[in-house]
Amino acid sequence: MALLSVEDLRVSFPSPQGRVNVVDGISFELGQERLGIVGESGSGKSMTGRALLRLIRPPGRVEGRMRFEGQDLAALSERQMRALRGARISMIMQDPRYSLNPVMTVGTQIAEALRVHEHLPRREVRARVRQMLDSVRITDPDRVAGLYAHELSGGMGQRVMIAMMLIPRPRLLIADEPTSALDVSVQADVLRLIDDLVRDRSTADGGMALILISHDLPLVARYCDRILVMNAGRIVESCAASDLHLASHPYTRGLLAAVPKMNETRAELPVMDRSAWAGT
Amino acid sequence: MTAISLGNVDIGYGGQRVVEAVTFDVARGESFALVGESGSGKSTVLKALVGLAPEWSGKMSVLGRSCVHRPDRDLARRCQMVFQDPYGSLHPRKTVDAVLSEPLTIHGIGGQDARVERALSDVGLDRRFRFRYPHQMSGGQRQRVAIARALMLEPEVMLLDEPTSALDVSVQAEILNLLKRLRAERGLTYLMVTHNLPVVSFLCDRMAVMNKGKIVEIAATKALHDGRFTDPYSKALYAASGGGGSTE
Repeated sequence: MALLSVEDLRVSFPSPQGRVNVVDGISFELGQERLGIVGESGSGKSMTGRALLRLIRPPGRVEGRMRFEGQDLAALSERQMRALRGARISMIMQDPRYSLNPVMTVGTQIAEALRVHEHLPRREVRARVRQMLDSVRITDPDRVAGLYAHELSGGMGQRVMIAMMLIPRPRLLIADEPTSALDVSVQADVLRLIDDLVRDRSTADGGMALILISHDLPLVARYCDRILVMNAGRIVESCAASDLHLASHPYTRGLLAAVPKMNETRAELPVMDRSAWAGT
Repeated sequence: MTAISLGNVDIGYGGQRVVEAVTFDVARGESFALVGESGSGKSTVLKALVGLAPEWSGKMSVLGRSCVHRPDRDLARRCQMVFQDPYGSLHPRKTVDAVLSEPLTIHGIGGQDARVERALSDVGLDRRFRFRYPHQMSGGQRQRVAIARALMLEPEVMLLDEPTSALDVSVQAEILNLLKRLRAERGLTYLMVTHNLPVVSFLCDRMAVMNKGKIVEIAATKALHDGRFTDPYSKALYAASGGGGSTE
């Protein structure tokens, strides 16, 4: 059985011209795998991630069916949803500078994420926090646990975020642009770390699946098994990451061609004709 | 003929030195990149050139004139800057027309109507955008306005601070094409700051790799094709950016 199945998901917001579907009827299934959702700004990729966690507030409206481990997410009460968020599905946001609490030490924040979902003796909480910081490759966990968010570098902050999200051992991790606020040299480290943690988890603890949301097509291709390409709220292409070069949809092809290459020799980059696939 | 020349330049903020002993020359008509991670001091070099980071020592000149420690009207006429984030660099309560006319008014240049019209068509914006506000435009359209504003005074040197990093890839391609075309048409000199090596490969002739406030290597863009960097830091940066065949 699929871990997550999404059927005809729609997210709409009101506008002066009536309701606009920012996610427009998408369906997909997710098993024990790493799925990449790629698209440009406004394609609805982040809204899809948020809808899964029921983080869209009125006047936004979510319709369609989302089943996670056999449970209908739409039918859960807010209280049940709170128990599920973090513990079963968790999310890494884009910029650690905004998503970490500025007035709480790192250690306290990570411990809080654990204590909300499990009742453990204090000593064990401290040991788990230490072990978690260690597994996200922070060299001096005891010192870092006592630091505040502003004392961390971007890469370190994102590692702390990952530690916080993984400590309750979720089944599904949603990473929404986890590295776009980071430097290139750190990006690779953080992605490799997420990748290792997802792989490690796949044997013990019942495994973990990953949804990686990003605008960076080559990057997603490197770290995922399967890719969904979104444009204007719809899935325009779904393929195995290894078959990305065989992608057939003009939008996907356009995206691939528009990225400058390291050994660029083209005099001009191909520009997408935005009207070409507007009807698809 | 050198357009920009820096000799042993140190730059600091509030007594703290962030750029140390930077030396490079950019020839007229050349496109030169400063690459490095955040905090390496690459944007600070641009700020010092236009007088926005006044705490510097050493020798700096643009088009044969020594730089001063404050914004300089004569320099602004010949050297303009485009900033990273078009969402932040345009005044939210000024129309495109007002934004583009302002430099002309400051420098007492007439024929504003025709010049604004031409600038818009040069950057590929329809004339109906002329009386819009920034919030009525997309990111790519705003960055075109920011480039048009820099072009209003017909400068010879353009300083580009991460001109496409806030944009989507398809929009980035349009803006990069635009910058390349403008340079070819007008013989502009570019000094561009970026962390994106493939963008350098597309738009620049040479690059300086910066790390912790110092230039560790100056290389031709050809180095991006074969990975022939000499400094270990530049090699690491190249590998982290997917250079050397690790992509696809």
